[in-house]
Amino acid sequence: MPLHRALGLSDSELDLIKGVLGREPNPLELALYGVMWSEHCSYKSSRIHLRRLPTEGPGVLVGPGENAGVMDAGDNIAVAIRIESHNHPSAIEPYQGAATGVGGILRDIFTMGARPLAVMDPLFFGELSDARQRWLVEGVVSGISGYGNSVGVPTIGGELTFDDCYASNPLVNVLCVGALPVQRLVLGIASGVGNLAVLLGSSTGRDGIGGVSVLASAGFSGEDGAASLDDAKRPSVQVGDPYEEKRLIEACLEMLDRGLVVGIQDLGGAGLVCATSETAARGGVGMDVDVSAVALREAGMAPYEIMTSESQERMLAIVTPEGWPAVKALCDKWEVRASVVGRVTDPETNAHGESVGMLRIRDGFDGEILASVPAASLADDAPLYDREKRRPADLDFINSDDPTVNEPVGSPNDDLLALLVDPAWVYDQYDSQLFLNTVVGPGHDAALLRLAGPGLPASERGIAITTDSNPRWCALDPRAGTALTLAEGVANLACVGATAIAVVNCLNFGNPEHPEVMWQLSETIDGLGDACRALGLPVIGGNVSLYNESAGRDIDPTPVLGVLGLVEKLISPPPGWQWRSGDSVVLLGTREAVGAQPFPLGGTQWATRRGRRGGLVAGLDAADFSRTAHWVTSEVAQICAGEESDLTAVHDVGSGGLAAAIAEMASESGIGLESSGPFSHLELFSEFPGRFVVATSNVDALLARARNANVAAVVLGVAGGERVTFAPLIDLEIDVIRSRRSRALDESLHPVA
Amino acid sequence: MSARIAIVVFPGSNCEYDALDAVNALGATAQFVWHSETSLDGFDGAVLPGGFAHGDYLRPGAIARFSPVMSAVQSFAQAGNPVLGICNGFQVLTEAGLLPGALQKNRGLTFISRSCTVSVTSTRSVLTRSAKLAQELSIPINHFSGSYTCDDATYEQLVARDQIVLRYRENPNGSRDDIAAVCNEVGNVVGLMPHPERAVSALLGSEDGRVLLDGFIAASQLVS
Repeated sequence: MPLHRALGLSDSELDLIKGVLGREPNPLELALYGVMWSEHCSYKSSRIHLRRLPTEGPGVLVGPGENAGVMDAGDNIAVAIRIESHNHPSAIEPYQGAATGVGGILRDIFTMGARPLAVMDPLFFGELSDARQRWLVEGVVSGISGYGNSVGVPTIGGELTFDDCYASNPLVNVLCVGALPVQRLVLGIASGVGNLAVLLGSSTGRDGIGGVSVLASAGFSGEDGAASLDDAKRPSVQVGDPYEEKRLIEACLEMLDRGLVVGIQDLGGAGLVCATSETAARGGVGMDVDVSAVALREAGMAPYEIMTSESQERMLAIVTPEGWPAVKALCDKWEVRASVVGRVTDPETNAHGESVGMLRIRDGFDGEILASVPAASLADDAPLYDREKRRPADLDFINSDDPTVNEPVGSPNDDLLALLVDPAWVYDQYDSQLFLNTVVGPGHDAALLRLAGPGLPASERGIAITTDSNPRWCALDPRAGTALTLAEGVANLACVGATAIAVVNCLNFGNPEHPEVMWQLSETIDGLGDACRALGLPVIGGNVSLYNESAGRDIDPTPVLGVLGLVEKLISPPPGWQWRSGDSVVLLGTREAVGAQPFPLGGTQWATRRGRRGGLVAGLDAADFSRTAHWVTSEVAQICAGEESDLTAVHDVGSGGLAAAIAEMASESGIGLESSGPFSHLELFSEFPGRFVVATSNVDALLARARNANVAAVVLGVAGGERVTFAPLIDLEIDVIRSRRSRALDESLHPVA
Repeated sequence: MSARIAIVVFPGSNCEYDALDAVNALGATAQFVWHSETSLDGFDGAVLPGGFAHGDYLRPGAIARFSPVMSAVQSFAQAGNPVLGICNGFQVLTEAGLLPGALQKNRGLTFISRSCTVSVTSTRSVLTRSAKLAQELSIPINHFSGSYTCDDATYEQLVARDQIVLRYRENPNGSRDDIAAVCNEVGNVVGLMPHPERAVSALLGSEDGRVLLDGFIAASQLVS
């Protein structure tokens, strides 16, 4: 095989490189383009679509394209947020794959000058009846726990989804939020000719070479999926060291506080070549990189290995020669290695009279030039592909095979019990409380944090974060499913009194060379863009993970949305899920879905459990949805601000539908609910956002306020007793619900042989 | 003058800001002391916070005991000043020989982060002096290696000298005799696995840690 193809470059891409250089690239130069023009680094298949997302709005300080999106959160505090995937490494080596996913996203956040304050982890696996899936779950969760707890950033939530489509290709996404005093905001820019590029942190080894090009930009194509490729690809997985990262965080934040750096950039996918070329390209300057100055973990590493290694826990800081001694002393205190590996150089003038910053790889600063390429050509000039799109030929059939219409009612008691899973087995392994900010932790509608942290100005505000996805909706209709997913996120934030202000997305899809996958991606982006515009939300960052497939089967389209919200005044916790005996329980929001069916079962947990994967999903009436969500937000926000309220519990109707929402609240309260109904199984199990179950100590007052706000409300019953009853379909003891819900995950993970 | 409390920070500590904030919120004046320091002069009490000192490499606390600051902690404790080890700080104090016993991996071999109920079983320590005997407190735990263990002779001494100061109501980690906290013979050095600094605010779910930290701060003031 020709070298360029082995490096993941097509013949036409090789021609483009020759055009840029005006000559044949040498093998080192080809290797640089190979990683930088990989799908993972260049977004070459998705970028033309991502342009359709709205990225501006009030409060946006930094939008997509930087290491993280940044929002103005008020009180002179900015909030940085980013979401990423670490799917392929986790499929092969779940502990390290997940651990380095956490490490990588933290660096993206503190690169912006923000202290990382919380992490969330949306996870997707195959069914737990398969022993390999149980191994993956245990490995991924212990990797997140082992790294996150040690590095000292709380993990405050996430999601857990099981579906056969992830059996050979699990998804491990990770979201991080951080906060900074507004004036500390920094960007990854190299400037000032003669300034030094200082490599901070870990030494550079052979781990993770080709992580972005070998792993993240190709599928698992072997006969039996991931298993057959484990051995060949395992060397491409990086290994994490949270202790190194912790010292790196503290050293970098202190450097930024003291104004010792001109620019700073993390080393992630594509390692040193990515960090040096991106900082130089953003600054319009060149950079000389001395590979002999890089501290190595092992002898005999070739220049291409040094430049593309994805060894973890490294940062690149641009510092002035005068500032270097102070940086060195600071690093010595934190026991962080620091070595000057590069110098910022003047741009050159090319044959067309244009100013071009060159990235030159040298053996010694005055030594041989091993490679010389325009820095911007690595970072920005990758070809963009408008790949063929095609609506899946079988989608009409799938949409018409509708469980809403022709699936028998069966036993709603059994269905409800089977849907209830308390993820506590997962989140009990995560430190969720560090920094004394966590007001609502994992396992509820959204996480809610005080907006506080070391070095931040004082504030009474809170931030709320949720991650949401519903690949079952998106498989049936990626456009509508993604819009509903965003609404679900906004509804989750409403339950903790937070107003949504920004969105980040992690788009996990199959092989972009399959036209059906490109259609799904394009539809998803349009669904997200439309819903964002309708709800007035900017997209401030994202990540695209393609080639999630195994043995030729693509995963269901899995856009994961992170939604950031603000609470103006947070001095008292929101009500939570626990109602009290005697409270009236009320269903808020328009009862019937928009669209062809009032209560669609397509894409619901209920249908999936029965093996029914067809049907239709609801539409989204953004105005109607917003009215309800805003009203719930304002009711809860008053409680957060310390005001008296008759509202005693709030929960969004989400996964599992109305029946699951009621069962979860009753289970947490230890107090039942007998509802007079009448309800159909369709209404009990249908899933579409915009409905909330609330409890109140003064039902007349609540109904009057809802009426004033033009929000529909129907009284479900009065909390009390020890049973959850929706006559005549559901009648269960709370103890049965509680025990089933709390044991479900543990029993699936640890089956009795 | 308010009590001056040293928060001893090792590379890899991660609850130092939480300890600082909690101690300050309760009226004392807390200040970080980096592990390379060799003196605790001017302080009335010292807290070794939670985290993963030196990455917990080898085993929790095994390397931290050799940090320069530990000889200062040793003489500070010998002089009768209050010393509190929380979670990883407890592990460091056992490794340094300032407290008896050891913390081994949790039964079940997973990290555990959740709220726990502990009951006060002795009020003679600087941590529990303000609490009532048999008082029940809701305080979070957050550890992988929190299962307290010791040999039979040590255990009998702990019981005989009233050195077991907190016990779990429902044992989360396999600790011997449900032990959550122990003190030294004098009672001025205490280690506990639960995090009292995480339980000082109703907004965050519990204020039950106040009575413990209040007692510790008051004891520091007494000494000074």
